[in-house]
Amino acid sequence: MLGYALRRLILAIPLLIGITFVSFLVIHLAPGEPVENQAGESSTQSDAKLRERLREIYGLDKPLHVQYWNWVTRLARLDFGRSFSPDARPVLQKIGERLPITLLLNIVELMIIVTLAIPIGVLSATRQYSTFDKITTVFVFVGFATPDFWLALMLMILFGVQLGWLPISGLRSPTWEYLAFWRQQWDFVAHLALPILVATFGGLAGFSRYMRQSMLEVVRQDYIQSARAKGLPERVVIGKHALRNALLPIVTVLGLSLPGLIGGSVIVESIFAIPGMGQLMVQAVFERDYPVIMGNLVIVATLTLVANLIADITYSLVDPRIRVAARRGRR
Amino acid sequence: MSRGDLLRLSGLLLLIALAGCGGEADSAVDAPTAQGSSKPAYGDTYIEALQGNISGLIPNVLSDGPSFEVAQLIYNGLVKYDKDLNLVGELAESWQYSRDCLDLTFKLRRNVRWHDNRPFTAADVVFTYETMINPKTPTAYGGDFKAVESVEAVDPYTVHVHYKHPNAKALQSWSIWMLPKHLLESYAREGKLREAPQNRTNPVGTGAYLFKEWRPGEKVVLVANPDYFEGRPYVSRVVYRIIPSSATTFLELKAKGVDGAKLTALQFKRQTEYPAFRKAYTKYQYAANIYVYFGMNLRDPRFADRRVRQAFAHAINKRELIEGVRLGLAREATGPYKPGTWQYNPNVHQYPYDPARARDLLAAAGWNEKNADGILLKDGQPFKFDLLSAQGSDEGRKVAEIIQAALKDIGVQVEIRVIEWAALLKEYIKKRNFETVILAWGITPDPDQFDIWHSSKTSPDELNRIGYANPEVDDLLEKGRGTCVEADRKKYYDRLQEVLADDQPIVFLYFRDGLPVVSSRFRGIVPTPIGIQYNFNEWFVPLNLHRYTAG
Amino acid sequence: MRGFWRAFRRNRLALIGGAVVVVLVVLAVLAPGISPWDPNRPDVRKILDAPSRAHPLGTDQLGRDVLSRMLYGARVSLAVGFVSVGIATMIGLVLGSLAGYHGGTMDATVMRLVDLMLVFPRLFLLLAVLAFLRPSIWTIMTVIGLTGWMSVARLVRAEFLSLKEREFVIWSQSIGASAYRTIWRHILPNAIGPVLVAMTLGIPAAILTESGLSFLGLGVQPPHATWGNILNEGKDAIEIGWWLSAYPGLAILVTVLSYNLLGEGIRDALDPRLRQSVGRIVSRAR
Repeated sequence: MLGYALRRLILAIPLLIGITFVSFLVIHLAPGEPVENQAGESSTQSDAKLRERLREIYGLDKPLHVQYWNWVTRLARLDFGRSFSPDARPVLQKIGERLPITLLLNIVELMIIVTLAIPIGVLSATRQYSTFDKITTVFVFVGFATPDFWLALMLMILFGVQLGWLPISGLRSPTWEYLAFWRQQWDFVAHLALPILVATFGGLAGFSRYMRQSMLEVVRQDYIQSARAKGLPERVVIGKHALRNALLPIVTVLGLSLPGLIGGSVIVESIFAIPGMGQLMVQAVFERDYPVIMGNLVIVATLTLVANLIADITYSLVDPRIRVAARRGRR
Repeated sequence: MSRGDLLRLSGLLLLIALAGCGGEADSAVDAPTAQGSSKPAYGDTYIEALQGNISGLIPNVLSDGPSFEVAQLIYNGLVKYDKDLNLVGELAESWQYSRDCLDLTFKLRRNVRWHDNRPFTAADVVFTYETMINPKTPTAYGGDFKAVESVEAVDPYTVHVHYKHPNAKALQSWSIWMLPKHLLESYAREGKLREAPQNRTNPVGTGAYLFKEWRPGEKVVLVANPDYFEGRPYVSRVVYRIIPSSATTFLELKAKGVDGAKLTALQFKRQTEYPAFRKAYTKYQYAANIYVYFGMNLRDPRFADRRVRQAFAHAINKRELIEGVRLGLAREATGPYKPGTWQYNPNVHQYPYDPARARDLLAAAGWNEKNADGILLKDGQPFKFDLLSAQGSDEGRKVAEIIQAALKDIGVQVEIRVIEWAALLKEYIKKRNFETVILAWGITPDPDQFDIWHSSKTSPDELNRIGYANPEVDDLLEKGRGTCVEADRKKYYDRLQEVLADDQPIVFLYFRDGLPVVSSRFRGIVPTPIGIQYNFNEWFVPLNLHRYTAG
Repeated sequence: MRGFWRAFRRNRLALIGGAVVVVLVVLAVLAPGISPWDPNRPDVRKILDAPSRAHPLGTDQLGRDVLSRMLYGARVSLAVGFVSVGIATMIGLVLGSLAGYHGGTMDATVMRLVDLMLVFPRLFLLLAVLAFLRPSIWTIMTVIGLTGWMSVARLVRAEFLSLKEREFVIWSQSIGASAYRTIWRHILPNAIGPVLVAMTLGIPAAILTESGLSFLGLGVQPPHATWGNILNEGKDAIEIGWWLSAYPGLAILVTVLSYNLLGEGIRDALDPRLRQSVGRIVSRAR
């Protein structure tokens, strides 16, 4: 196993280079070039020289492989370069100031979803086609199909405008600096309440359906029948034997969603005015801010490779049949 | 060039204040009083919603609206526009302009200090000029200074500018934001102004407000400059909250999370007419400095024929267009200048909605047969083309949809393509690879529009995108910018508008209205053609209506 | 086959789902015939009119009839769901089974391809394609399909990996059955379960993706209506034009539910073990 892991890790470096190279090419070959703003309006003042000057500054006049080489050698020194947008700030700084809030939101949301989805999935499976199952099915799909922005605006109107219980947008109140410490924390939590609610409501469907499906499959297995035949109480059969096996694919899915944790939903972020990774990346794409796009890509690629590796290892560790095959396959 | 927000500031004096001027405070939040007193008081905070991120804090090297709006309060120019669109002194106390328009001498105010307390002197003016013309500086506004021969600091408070030839925009160009030499000199020399800390964490200007904080994507906080040369501003703090969604902004207005914002046409017309809103907020309306147009690639032989362009102008019902796209909150455009400004010429060829006339014009241009679907034919070719519009612009899209229907009625088939801006600009517009397009121009208070209409400005990065070439127009443009006598310029620009109206190189559609709204507790707002914020440092909130007392 | 139908018929929810899908498809096909108004003609006198007898679902921001736009939009939204997920599933099935069955280099290559696709910003691909090609419903469906096969591939591969070692596969191979036959007759039917779940979640996801694209301004070209872009245009009028959000939202919800119920019903009916246990329950009840 260790050998396998090490081998994958070593392979990861050239793989990363390969992925980034292909991506670099595609991104630079795509139509458009870095633009200063996204408005469709131009001022009657403009300077042609500025465009040329900028192209030079960004190194866009050099051949693509040279550009890539420059980028990758800087990357090796962990220098992600500077953004092409007029604030010319280091890419890592721009990503670094948005990553924490996105991570926080995603992790909290994931925890809530998993905590709710597992019981829902298990109960729906064991009571297949019952009223509970039907109601949760409908509920979960309503959550899935409801457009995020619509739900967000409805909740804002209800809790923000009409009831006045929660703030509407942003991360902190404008007077946050002047609040006492505990009030500050509560203020922050209050601002995150609605975005998390919206994201969770929509995300519940996926996990709970997989859980239900996985549970359904496991429950039909022979060893469950034999456990029942042994006279074990249903609670133990389900809770101990079935659940453990049903959770396997969930763990895999969880592991694979690791790279997704650093991505944000641009729709939710725009509506709630949250400065997260979603908005940063969408803006970067529209402005062709190549360094920021590539910077994010590298981080996601690294996380993806690591997550895949972990997922594959845990899956094979847990399922003995795969382990046997792996050993056999490596003749 | 106006240093203000090019995209939004400016307008006619059509201020519609829909709330009572001395309105009572909203009883749910403020202490109820019969009448707010109108005695100026220091304090309170103004929270404004910005629709986009700012991209930096040194406006000279930026080009987006939100950044300019914030920069307004931090920096000053030598001159500025007053509420009647006349140039008055800001950092300059007075100036002398020679009769031949070649020599301009500024006498600067004394006792103006930078935010770090160093004195503002002529050396800073010279430095700013040198920075603007330095080819290493990434600025779009250096062009205004090309006609300058020399700039000299005669003494610490006198600056003498000598021009190579008379230049109409000379005085106006000095509304450019002044930058501190003692902090930025080394960066400017290397062309690294964007990387200077003053662009990110501690901008230093001479303006009414000091920079406090910028949380990217979240907010910008400014505090009043107690030593401001026009007097300490009353409102002690300004917070710009970045809220990308206009739906959210509106809810924040209702929940009193922001004090000022720009309304959409729909919000202005249909969602803010109820008593509680009108009591809590004052709505303003003025003609903004942007006009939307239907552009045609004049290199395309179909559009090179003037009759076709005129036919389109007749086929589009501009009143209906404005009603549909802006709910009526815009003014028809007959040319590139705004009604109500000195340069505007109302006596030009008009194009009233007349589909019959449009069809006649097209027929005269050779489009006199129809195919089975009712589309006009010429030499067997149907009259069909793509209409491009920028993604992200709902307004552009709606304009395109209405024009599509209007042209269908006269037998022209239009396919709309919405393309994302970066690609649209580079692959279609710059490569002149378009047939027609819906775009907008942001204009300046100065009438010079050389860069858009002159036949020499047709290289890919330049602005004469449609390929317009008219020698008379070229001549008028050159004359118009070559004299500083307003009366003469008026003659040239009047004629320019006549020619453009006859030629219809583009179909001018409308100037949209700016629709700002401000909490009614703020007094001292004077609506002007350049918006309402030009005298922000004079706004105040009566003591008993202060909402934010911290800071 | 007959067993499948019998099991399927017993699942009432699935039948309802199937019926609704059929109705939607019929409505979509008949749209040009049954729409009361031209869905694309603006009328500035009727901007944002509330639902009335003339306009049962109200009008939009350019005065166009929402009902007609919804009917035409149904064609797009349903097609997007079917085709893009169909494409994604095809690709995923092929690549996933190749990877899972052959293992080794084939597996590694496919998984690296998956990694590349996962890492690459899909928005970028969309922009590139939409700028170069004439954006039509087909290009959008293809792009959504081309960027959505990864999870199916992984699922299929995982199933293959685990099923490969099952007894009946080894037995099949030992009696000399060809790879193709083994895959087709033995492995695939067992792998189909999670794939079907993925599809049933994927179709509505594709419909919602199209709506998200409209949010970014990258969907189907104007003036053509889709449920997604009616919804999106409605977000600016959410207070005074509630019908612009309510009806498309409802339509999407109903479609999502129906596809899911249908899909899960199919899966349940296909699963031999499920059928067995259903039979056992039935016999016990007797």
